[in-house]
Amino acid sequence: MKIQLKISDTPLDLMACINQVTDPACGGIDVFIGTVRDETQGKPVLRLEFEAYESMALREMQKIAEQTFEHWPVLSIAIHHRTGVLEVGDVAVVIAVGAAHRAAAFEACRYAIDTLKLTVPIWKKEVFEDGEVWVAAHP
Amino acid sequence: MKITLRAFGIAKEICGGSTLELELPEQATAGQLKQLLVEQYPRLGGLTSFLLGVNQEFAEPDTRISPSDELAIIPPVSGG
Repeated sequence: MKIQLKISDTPLDLMACINQVTDPACGGIDVFIGTVRDETQGKPVLRLEFEAYESMALREMQKIAEQTFEHWPVLSIAIHHRTGVLEVGDVAVVIAVGAAHRAAAFEACRYAIDTLKLTVPIWKKEVFEDGEVWVAAHP
Repeated sequence: MKITLRAFGIAKEICGGSTLELELPEQATAGQLKQLLVEQYPRLGGLTSFLLGVNQEFAEPDTRISPSDELAIIPPVSGG
């Protein structure tokens, strides 16, 4: 069981994340890359600004990683998240999961990103030409 | 007792800074603290939801607060 977590205010290195889970026992590595989209509901997005409660975010990420080991036969997981100002196309999050067989890697990776979006104290603000909005803040 | 709270995301804007100090009755709970926060900063009540972090864990309404706790206002998260 190998877990590696990172929150960084500098650009994420995809290969560094993948290398963290590479292991001779792996038959498959599934990688999710979350990137900055250029629009929200038809409105052009100029950039995103990410903020984290870093110490607690790492604890919540650790819980997610441990849960993937409880639910699926995975060998390793790495979760890397960016903070700071991100431009369109920049990588906001990378999750890599290694397993002996692909099904576990796919399912655990999906669980990890879905749960991260619900429980990890990280926030993003969308900046438009005419203003800015903290995502999900208001009903 | 005097407590210090960290505020993140939109809560930082609503509360006017990334840390704030409040006076709280001894033995107060997280639920009482939330109520007090909404009274002092009514815009917090307009959020989809907000939670309190106590020592880097999500607090339950009956979690007791002590002055040495690390406290945080956690508005709806939106990472990923």
